[in-house]
Amino acid sequence: MMASAVAIAAPVPVVRRDRQRLIEKLAGCGFAFPAFLLLLLTNLVPLAVLLYLSFTNYELGALDTRFLGLDNFRKAVTDPVLRRSLANTFVYVAIVLPGAVGLGLLIAVLLHRRKRTRTFYEVVYFLPVTSTLIAMATVWQFILHPNLGPVNGMLRAMGFGEIAFLSEPAYVLPTLAAIGIWQLVGFNMVLFLAGLSAIPRDLYEAAEIDGCRSGIDRFLTITWPLLGPTTMFVIITTSITAFKVFDTVAVMTRGGPMGSSEVLLYAIYLEGYQYFHMGYAAALTLIFLAFVLLFSILQTFVLERRVHY
Amino acid sequence: MARVELKSISKSFGGVPVLSGIELDVADGEFLTLVGASGCGKSTLIRIIAGLEPQSSGSVLINGAPVDHLRPHERQVAMVFQSYALYPHMRVFANIGLPLMMSRLNLFERLPIIRMLSARRRRVMAEIESEVRAVTKQLQIDALLERRPSQLSGGQRQRVALGRAMVRHPAAFLMDEPLSNLDAKLRVHMRTELAELHDRLGTTFIYVTHDQVEAMTMSDRVAMMDNGTILQIGRPGDLYMRPANLKVAQFIGTPAINLLPAKVSSAGSVELFGAELPIRARRPAGSAMTLGIRPEAITLAPLGTSRPGMHLLPGRLRRSENLGPEHMLHIDLTSPASGTIICSVAGDHEPLTSDSRGLALLFMPSACHVFDVEGHRIDDVEAASAAAAPSSDPHARAFGATLCPLLPKAGEPCAPCGGPAARTS
Ligand SMILES: Nc1ncnc2c1ncn2[C@@H]1O[C@H](COP(=O)(O)OP(=O)(O)OP(=O)(O)O)[C@@H](O)[C@H]1O
Ligand SMILES: [Mg+2]
Repeated sequence: MMASAVAIAAPVPVVRRDRQRLIEKLAGCGFAFPAFLLLLLTNLVPLAVLLYLSFTNYELGALDTRFLGLDNFRKAVTDPVLRRSLANTFVYVAIVLPGAVGLGLLIAVLLHRRKRTRTFYEVVYFLPVTSTLIAMATVWQFILHPNLGPVNGMLRAMGFGEIAFLSEPAYVLPTLAAIGIWQLVGFNMVLFLAGLSAIPRDLYEAAEIDGCRSGIDRFLTITWPLLGPTTMFVIITTSITAFKVFDTVAVMTRGGPMGSSEVLLYAIYLEGYQYFHMGYAAALTLIFLAFVLLFSILQTFVLERRVHY
Repeated sequence: MARVELKSISKSFGGVPVLSGIELDVADGEFLTLVGASGCGKSTLIRIIAGLEPQSSGSVLINGAPVDHLRPHERQVAMVFQSYALYPHMRVFANIGLPLMMSRLNLFERLPIIRMLSARRRRVMAEIESEVRAVTKQLQIDALLERRPSQLSGGQRQRVALGRAMVRHPAAFLMDEPLSNLDAKLRVHMRTELAELHDRLGTTFIYVTHDQVEAMTMSDRVAMMDNGTILQIGRPGDLYMRPANLKVAQFIGTPAINLLPAKVSSAGSVELFGAELPIRARRPAGSAMTLGIRPEAITLAPLGTSRPGMHLLPGRLRRSENLGPEHMLHIDLTSPASGTIICSVAGDHEPLTSDSRGLALLFMPSACHVFDVEGHRIDDVEAASAAAAPSSDPHARAFGATLCPLLPKAGEPCAPCGGPAARTS
């Protein structure tokens, strides 16, 4: 006890201070190492392998692999399948993004002020998030079935005639998008609810005294601007999730009819696991990643300037 | 400009009564302060006046007309919140101008982008801007119009919140502890500024605080609340000099009033530590009483001194606190009395030493406040003591039964009551 007190009080020699610093550095690296190792093994190494594969004509199970340089990318630029699947993906995102964000916000605002029924509705809207989309896709397939499904049954009863939601090229993407919205709304609602409860109540009271008469006034003056950061986060996660659409397509339409629901991830899946063009699929995956990155960067920079105060 | 009346306002939250039967009449242009301990219902009451909270029963009248059915902004009152409640995403200009924009622009003229189409908007905004500038100039924050609330100091935020209230020229200002988030020095400064603002605007102010100094210094009248009722309403001097209730006496005044246990003697007067005081109690003999003496009503003298008409308690100095202009003395009472008394003496008082013989604490019986068991003031102190000892003290005469609490230094006239130099310690 005494000895250590004396040691601390005495001036520390330079050499010992340097050694101390080194030890601290090593300790810091030691703490960071497990996380770094995990990141390396699960993200960075696969990414490097992907990058390497995209320069080759590697096929699953093939014995010799040639290095092609940028040939895969050159092919991708002119590939009509890729172009179509990209266009389909963008249409899908363009429907899902406003739908899932807008509805999520609407439901959150409506639920926020409820007291007793709030938990009930929260659970109901959140259920689709917790369910397995592949299993639910089968249910949707039944619901939307032209002859057996209840939706068409209802349309028939109302005299509209039946709609082939999943086999009419013009309807298939909006239908898939509607299912995508159904799946995402609950999650966005929960995020918006968290954002709403972070807005101090006395701001609404001050606004009420200052003359915000209606719900629209309150929403425009307080809620919407103060939800800015939440909204930005929701938009980014929703657009990335929508961009990654795959399971409903794979289970319900297999890209059909006539490729009208073939989205980017499904095209990559076909290239890699149906035609075994691993090298080309790797190149497409890199393009996909580039889009996702672009999305997040764009949104961060455009929205960041408007939401921070 | 408004008179605000409350008619038997009651409020309960889920069966728990918070306010019961509040009656209040605030005159046009008056500065009324609601004061009381935490949780006594001050905020609830002011929120009911503002219309933010519905009352369970009773009625709020502004200028004689009931406003119970009106929304907050229709009541023409402005409120300053304890947290200021500034809009964090708006600049100071928009924060202050919002009430005007809300009342003078329609929904389309306020919508983003679409509002660009309106020519009227530009004209109205120019008007609003000049009004906002006029207010910010008064409050000396005209250089801050482009800042956001997060870039302001506490005092500046306070002013912005005031500006937002002033810009509408409301019928009444409601303020809920507006100074409690400021540091002590700024609080004292803003206190003066608010009082001056009230003088300048001449508008009705209803002000909530739990700081009795704020209540005493700023208000025309003070309403002391406790447990959802108003214990006493009156001028600050009234509450100090003639507290109607033990709780009022305890709350108003720093350091707090000294309380001593007393009882009613068989002769019907107040008996303190075995000695009878010339105060008639008008309560059954033997019932308990509480005697209150303000720290500055006590005169110290060497033990053994006696002065005509003054009561004596023996004591011994425990500790002395030097506050600069005055000393705060903690004195242990000695037999037959017991307990501790705080009394204050002027800073240039000759230094007191705690010698073994102790001190004599002298006070006029007429300076005592006597309360019964329920805490009610026993009001015939005045009559009884006046009969017992026709007061020759001019300070006592000027202020009724109690002595002028603001004792001047020897040789100087007493400012508050105009009497001559008072007793020196
Ligand atoms: N919304 C509410 N629901 C239930 N009880 C409430 C509610 N608001 C206030 N109360 C209760 O009402 C009582 C009075 O509250 P109020 O806020 O008016 O006190 P206050 O005098 O302003 O206190 P302070 O000085 O601490 O601000 C408290 O006991 C509080 O717990
Ligand atoms: Mg309060």
